[in-house]
Amino acid sequence: MTGKTLYDKIWDAHLVDQAEDGTCLLYIDRHLVHEVTSPQAFEGLRMSGRKVHSPDKTIAVPDHNVPTTEGRENVANMTEESRIQVQALDKNARDFGIHYYPVSDVRQGIVHIVGPEQGWTLPGMTVVCGDSHTATHGAFGALAHGIGTSEVEHVLATQTLIQKKSKNMKVEITGKLAPGVTAKDITLAVIGKTGTAGGTGYVIEYCGEAIRDLSMEGRMTVCNMAIEGGARAGLIAPDEKTFEYVKGRPHAPKGAQWEAALAWWKTLYSDDDAHWDKVVTIAAEDIAPVVTWGTSPEDVLPITGTVPAPEDFAGGKVDAARRSLDYMGLEPGMALTDIKVDAVFIGSCTNGRIEDLRAAAAILKGKKLAPGVRGMVVPGSGLVRAQAEEEGLDVIFKEAGFEWRLAGCSMCLGMNPDQLAPGERCAATSNRNFEGRMGRGGRTHLMSPVMAAAAAVTGHLTDVRELT
Amino acid sequence: MEKFTKLTGIAAPLPLVNVDTDMIIPKQFLKTIKREGLGVNLFDEMRYDQDGNENPDFVLNQPAWREAEILVAGDNFGCGSSREHAPWAIKDFGIRCVIAPSFADIFFNNCFKNGILPIVLPQEQVDILMKDAEKGANARMTVDLENQVITTSDGEEIAFNVDPFRKHCLLEGLDDIGLTLEKAPAIADYESRMAQTRPWI
Repeated sequence: MTGKTLYDKIWDAHLVDQAEDGTCLLYIDRHLVHEVTSPQAFEGLRMSGRKVHSPDKTIAVPDHNVPTTEGRENVANMTEESRIQVQALDKNARDFGIHYYPVSDVRQGIVHIVGPEQGWTLPGMTVVCGDSHTATHGAFGALAHGIGTSEVEHVLATQTLIQKKSKNMKVEITGKLAPGVTAKDITLAVIGKTGTAGGTGYVIEYCGEAIRDLSMEGRMTVCNMAIEGGARAGLIAPDEKTFEYVKGRPHAPKGAQWEAALAWWKTLYSDDDAHWDKVVTIAAEDIAPVVTWGTSPEDVLPITGTVPAPEDFAGGKVDAARRSLDYMGLEPGMALTDIKVDAVFIGSCTNGRIEDLRAAAAILKGKKLAPGVRGMVVPGSGLVRAQAEEEGLDVIFKEAGFEWRLAGCSMCLGMNPDQLAPGERCAATSNRNFEGRMGRGGRTHLMSPVMAAAAAVTGHLTDVRELT
Repeated sequence: MEKFTKLTGIAAPLPLVNVDTDMIIPKQFLKTIKREGLGVNLFDEMRYDQDGNENPDFVLNQPAWREAEILVAGDNFGCGSSREHAPWAIKDFGIRCVIAPSFADIFFNNCFKNGILPIVLPQEQVDILMKDAEKGANARMTVDLENQVITTSDGEEIAFNVDPFRKHCLLEGLDDIGLTLEKAPAIADYESRMAQTRPWI
């Protein structure tokens, strides 16, 4: 008998029922909920007279459209539509008795930062949320993925999901990263290699020395963008770093339960003889600091590169590249480092954790934003913000000329007042460079926190290795 | 859920790859707490200019395709955000079937929950349907779910695959939650076993 992958093991441990055609009913251990994709699901429950099956496994926090400016706990300071959604979540959390972190709570933040921070996310769990970046939680060796609102309602009502098993893909990053190269560069480089549909139908397990070497924050950055590669989920096998991160968190197991959990978690790895449907191997030393030039996360190039021409591509990508270049206002052949930026955004569920802020602050210390460039730092949670302030990072950002904001999704999806103006070009640590994503007509270049900080200082896309 | 059995209608060609859910329904329209009414904003930023005027070049603004019920698109359709507002907007516009060489996973799932049939076909066959769709309003395609076959306006037949469980749910208009609740004893049994083996959950 061949061995099992980590994905196989978690899947098997959550199987409630399997039909003859392979359709499975999978148990869900944690259901994270936010204000944008849940109102219709709760409404569905009400209309059918159903309850939340497991309120104790359901955790809600408003993040997508909350403003990131002071005074926001006064709902009068939100736009009417945002207020309706946030108040609907307030009411739904209360009516259905689920765990809730309201805007006024210091623990509020981006749902994918709050979950791990509070110890809701644990190794070996199944975690879902009506948000594609649920993949983030895979960093703990949890099977975590985004679902639509109908499935949110399904999980609320039954604590299960109807699923078919995905295939197994191994992405191995061998060796060690060079200085200035980060988890964000790994995850973007993988998408650059496999394409945004390369992971479709797969669950990816990231492994190899460069992955093992990453902190939990870095691992969350890598898994967060598994969805951008099309995968259902990204996973990293739990190890001592994982256990260390989890231990002592408010909702992590304690005492004898901790020991029992730990014993199980230590069995969560892919067996040597496990079957992989696809294997991708990248040498860490071949990964440079990267940026995106186009409007798909697969439009990735090393910062030392030049803007490509549509003719460099094949098939449907020729027209897509032409459209991207037009939208982004770029000419083929220009050096990426010649691209000037108007704004810098540091934050999001991809790079809004304390380590990300430390890395950006280390570049910005004693420096200023280039003239004419606006900068915004949005911590991923109230607790990340408090930690950063304790370390004096807020002072560094403010002295550099950045705005120091309250926690939320902010500019990453522009559902709140934080948006790019038409034509405005932004160096962003977020996850999507889609047309209009950060504001209609806004132009997004994705990159790591240190690369965003470097662009902030020079006013153009910059190789951070030349700055330090 | 509304049933999907057999559909004969106009197909609109959208030969773009990586059409993401931000394109299908931009974020400003996610602030609704309803499922209806999003059709007018389907593909908003491609369909209208900054002032809200129709962009005459966009396919769904052209007379031949304003009443389209089928969409033929490029690779990786529906990538990006999990927003179910994307299929809600598509359905609200009147489109019940999307045909592409590949779909993003979450969008693909979301379609089935809303009575929309997403069909995956090889690029060569999508190319044939794209050409047929480009003919415009007099060219009607038929999508027959029961027999799993698409018939072009020229009578050419193209077979397609669909997951049997999902086909059954679409044909009958079945509600997933109702089906799963029939398995409540299995769920309860799983939970009592887990209370013993993984009590920290």
